[in-house]
Amino acid sequence: MKVNITVNGEVRSADIEARHLLVHVLRDELDLTGTHWGCDTSNCGTCVVWMDGEPVKSCTVLGVMADGRTVDTVEGLEKGGVLDPVQQGFIECHGLQCGFCTPGMMMTARWLLDHNPNPSEAEIREAISGQICRCTGYDGIVKSIQWAAAHPAIEGASA
Amino acid sequence: MTIIEEPPAVPMSKAGNPIGFGRMLRKEDARFVRGHGNYVDDVKLPGMLYGAFLRSTFAHAKIISIDTSAAEAHPKVKAVITGKTLESLGLAWMPTMSYDTQAVMATDKVRFQGQEVAFVVAEDKYSARDALELIEVEYEELPPVMDAKRAMDAGAPIIRDDKEGKTDNHIFDWEAGDQAKCDEVFANADVIVKQDMLYPRCHPAPMETCGSVAHMDKITGKLILWCNTQAPHAHRTVYALVAGLPEQKIQVIAPDIGGGFGNKVPIYPGYVLSIVGSIVTGKPVKWMEDRSENLMSTGFARDYHMQGEIAATKEGKILGLRVNVLADHGAFNATAQPTNYPAGFFHIFTGSYDYGAAHCKVTGVYTNKAPGGVAYACSFRVTEAVYLVERIVDCLADELKMDPAALRMQNLLRPEQFPYITPTGWEYDSGDYPATLKMAMEIAGYDDLRKEQAEKRAKGEFMGIGLSFFTEGVGAGPRKHMDILGLGMADGAELRIHPTGKAQLRLSVQTQGQGHETTFAQIVSHELGIPPEDVEVIHGDTDNTPFGLGTYGSRSTPVSGAAAAVVARKVRDRAKIVAAAALECSVDDLEWELGRFFVKGDHEKGKTIQEIAMAAHSTLELPEGVEGHLDGTTVYNPPNLTYPYGAYICVVDVDPLTGTVKVRRFIAVDDCGPRINPMIVEGQVHGGLVDGIGMALMEVIAFDPQGNNLGASFMDYLLPTAMECPSFELGATYTPSPHHPLGMKGIGESATVGSPAAVVNAVIDALKPYGIRHADMPFTPAQVWRTVQGRPLRMDMAIE
Amino acid sequence: MQTPPPFEYERATSVTHALQLLERHGPEARLLAGGHSMLPMMKLRLARPELLIDINDLVEELNYIRIEGDELCIGAMARHADVLNSALVGEHFKILHDAERVVADPIVRNRGTVGGSLGQADPSEDLSAAFAAIHANVIVTNSSGKRSVSSRDFSTGMYETVCGPAEMITEVRIAIRPGSGSSYHKVERRIGDWAVAAAGACVWMKGDTVTDVGIGVTAVGAAHHCSPEAEAVLRGNVVTDELIEAAGAAVSANCNPQADQRGPEDYKRHLAGELTKRALRTAIARSKGQA
Repeated sequence: MKVNITVNGEVRSADIEARHLLVHVLRDELDLTGTHWGCDTSNCGTCVVWMDGEPVKSCTVLGVMADGRTVDTVEGLEKGGVLDPVQQGFIECHGLQCGFCTPGMMMTARWLLDHNPNPSEAEIREAISGQICRCTGYDGIVKSIQWAAAHPAIEGASA
Repeated sequence: MTIIEEPPAVPMSKAGNPIGFGRMLRKEDARFVRGHGNYVDDVKLPGMLYGAFLRSTFAHAKIISIDTSAAEAHPKVKAVITGKTLESLGLAWMPTMSYDTQAVMATDKVRFQGQEVAFVVAEDKYSARDALELIEVEYEELPPVMDAKRAMDAGAPIIRDDKEGKTDNHIFDWEAGDQAKCDEVFANADVIVKQDMLYPRCHPAPMETCGSVAHMDKITGKLILWCNTQAPHAHRTVYALVAGLPEQKIQVIAPDIGGGFGNKVPIYPGYVLSIVGSIVTGKPVKWMEDRSENLMSTGFARDYHMQGEIAATKEGKILGLRVNVLADHGAFNATAQPTNYPAGFFHIFTGSYDYGAAHCKVTGVYTNKAPGGVAYACSFRVTEAVYLVERIVDCLADELKMDPAALRMQNLLRPEQFPYITPTGWEYDSGDYPATLKMAMEIAGYDDLRKEQAEKRAKGEFMGIGLSFFTEGVGAGPRKHMDILGLGMADGAELRIHPTGKAQLRLSVQTQGQGHETTFAQIVSHELGIPPEDVEVIHGDTDNTPFGLGTYGSRSTPVSGAAAAVVARKVRDRAKIVAAAALECSVDDLEWELGRFFVKGDHEKGKTIQEIAMAAHSTLELPEGVEGHLDGTTVYNPPNLTYPYGAYICVVDVDPLTGTVKVRRFIAVDDCGPRINPMIVEGQVHGGLVDGIGMALMEVIAFDPQGNNLGASFMDYLLPTAMECPSFELGATYTPSPHHPLGMKGIGESATVGSPAAVVNAVIDALKPYGIRHADMPFTPAQVWRTVQGRPLRMDMAIE
Repeated sequence: MQTPPPFEYERATSVTHALQLLERHGPEARLLAGGHSMLPMMKLRLARPELLIDINDLVEELNYIRIEGDELCIGAMARHADVLNSALVGEHFKILHDAERVVADPIVRNRGTVGGSLGQADPSEDLSAAFAAIHANVIVTNSSGKRSVSSRDFSTGMYETVCGPAEMITEVRIAIRPGSGSSYHKVERRIGDWAVAAAGACVWMKGDTVTDVGIGVTAVGAAHHCSPEAEAVLRGNVVTDELIEAAGAAVSANCNPQADQRGPEDYKRHLAGELTKRALRTAIARSKGQA
């Protein structure tokens, strides 16, 4: 089946089987390998992307379900050579170690801050509670998101 | 010498990084936050094929027949490989890291649920999985051995009948310490407390599963294996030894790794099959586990049934400790540890205390469970040891009606006792244990917590305070005592200084998230004064890095960190000669300051390391016998392990009516010697503390009597989320190791080792009003409730 | 990674279209809403539908939360997150906020739907218990019309419902009656896990007298996800601690939990009662405007 998905603002086409999971379509067909895969049961959240502006677990969405819709991935966070405050926050506050859960965590964080610019620690923890990190103990992730909340628009930041 | 204060700040580079040690943002983050990491599943080669395993549904069964014809007829299938295929290549069995053998794919029978039975290579991963369903295997079921305690029963089914003359499921008996002396101490003790405890089977479960891409070039004979291994060099040599492949033509590339925690140390059948698949098809072959495969078939951790006995005076002076362990090693003895240590470093179980006698006996047995016994962020069974001693010290405190902190303080080794030889033969390098415990108690507000607990108890609320004080032994070798499959545990480092004074450091160890690209640059920066942004760290590619045993057992900083310092010092020594030539003075006239040699008494007259680097590559006449350039190489053979330690305090609130446990606070004071980058050290501690929360409260791989794995997905093998974790409260003391060039002791695993006992002690402490002294983790709500009822569950078996 | 077996895929453009597709393709066709129950089953190859009918475009027809007359109406395609974020829901039935907050995790709740959860009929599912407590009705639609089924009768067993192969859930309706208070208490091994046990309670009070009550329980093998025995203890009586204890005991006595890795039978039985008591206390407090 041919699908057209607006990925990070650009219409991308792919010829896929109906059963192909969105995570595989992104990684294998569109070469967007920033989105990772970590489990088969929708538990780990490594694969979180946005579909139609909402975070979803792309291992539990069919590629064909995204046909005609928008999908946003980690590759689209940086805009015009400027890192998103969430990306910068993850660097500043050691929000990542192995980097595997990081793209999914950042996509959720960006969405949270878009809807709740000053979340409490408890709200941050709840927002990422469907995503597992084995390295950071979540401490650095929570602080990274708090950093991003405190630095909503940084000019010319880069890593 | 213990330093409580933070070390002084160092000069900053133009880029704002410390020239040497201090908080520095990670160099590797730039690619990770952009989604530009390169993990093994991101590797995509032209014509690449995909492999998938058919796995055994039974724990123990004879293979009568395997019919692969329908799978082979699948239009997208390129090859189907079975144990029979491997047998014909002499590859059906491979050695384990414990000198046992392990089936690469089952030939005669399957010995655990999830064992590899057939391997399909297809054009895409969906078709490979489709074809698995077309393979028909006829099994004859055999009774499985699922309870280690029954493995040695007369008449128990023999699991390893592949081994000639094997008539039982016994693997080894191993002892340490002085049994006679121990018995004498126990005979004269006022108090003896005995406790059985299980450290159940759990799994490191990194977010990225294990996988590889093999590309065998038929014309050149070169094999490139991308593999998320923690030990690329060791793997290369083992492939050469086992498969007879020429080692100079094997390149193992460990790209970015999505967490390891020990899970990615062993060689798994999947790696071998991706190689065989590439040889058979002539195409690159990728193999990536699914999550169930990861949890069911790759290296588990722990599974130690322990019985401890502690002897003390009635005043609380600990006199001795003896331990019996039944170790469940699964179907193949594939434990990852140095050759001479079948129980790893378990005999560090005497912990952090001063007493005269100790003895342990460990018996390893086969069961119909997955092989492994890898460290789960733990230097070779130290976690089991720390859990044993820290749990039984709490049991002793309960018996003596003493405060567990006071009992520990009374018995901790004193600073003047170091170096200290333990009753089982370890030589602890340095420490001021009481200072570290005191700091943890101050951060926690220990006395206030006890007051609050008393008030809560009076109101019928159940708050628990748990302590643990751990000592780890990390950074294996030395090579004469420690090896893996005959490969001595020493690691190389190469440092190249380019003409412009920029550096490349090549390492044998492999980061799985520890931030080596940053911290090792800081080591070079510390030694040579080159800004860390000017030092590129190269690792994870056997063609481009020196040989070494890899990253596990917290080896990186203790072994390769030392190698990096030593090689940088070699470079500095050579730079001194070049500087003397350039300044036309004697080397004896030169003095070093960070980044620069100058003439004694004339500070203005000198050369920076960058100027010296250019001079070393220039037309400058060098003294007789001095080659050009500044590059250096070294191999570091550690003289001893390093012994990081720490004091942890966990505060929990327990609801005995529902059984739920809430971790309210977690205080961790670690002493790993001087810290390269405190931010990264704290991150390592944070991750390990969550491991402890996970193991103590939810992580377990249990089996039912039929041999079904009951923890085979993330729905069943639970890992903590952000909701189960508090914000952590950390502290630090800094006691250098006298034998490490930088005094550093390693931190990668400390918190995983120290934290489980603190959480369990806290839960048990909360339940003290019920007269509870011990129950086995994980403290799921059901286990807490059953413990309160006086009928704790056996957590390694199916709950009935 | 696990992958689903092959199937055909169609997108429904309306409820009528979805029903036509179901009729045309028979029992091997399945509706695809959030996908968070169906796709994991397919990845394990435990479910092998020949056709998936994607109903995610039916937002206008099926994704709403509104009041009609004296009923709260929730469209079948309302996402769990929609219910959780609905002030209207919170105003009338706090139990649904309590329950939705513990359904899976926030990301799954963005996709998973009310209809999908009910249709999956997992014996440990949370909404079934919450709906049982508030006496919700499930609207089942087929090509000839609609029928209303008590949520208590909707599931007919593990993964089985009253829905025929050419029928679909379109709505859940709950009567709003004055004096109510409701609450849901769940114990899970970890956030996001299925319930070890959970209990929901809704009381309709007149002073201190319980005029009506609903007790819903999940994961403990209670028939119809409810406890008529506990309700009978309470209904028409003045609330006392003893009565609440008796209601909890009635739930414990009348459920039929199975041991698994979430806990042994005795613990689950105890827990069902304990959580019932807690849910009742919160519900009663809420009926009085407290908590």
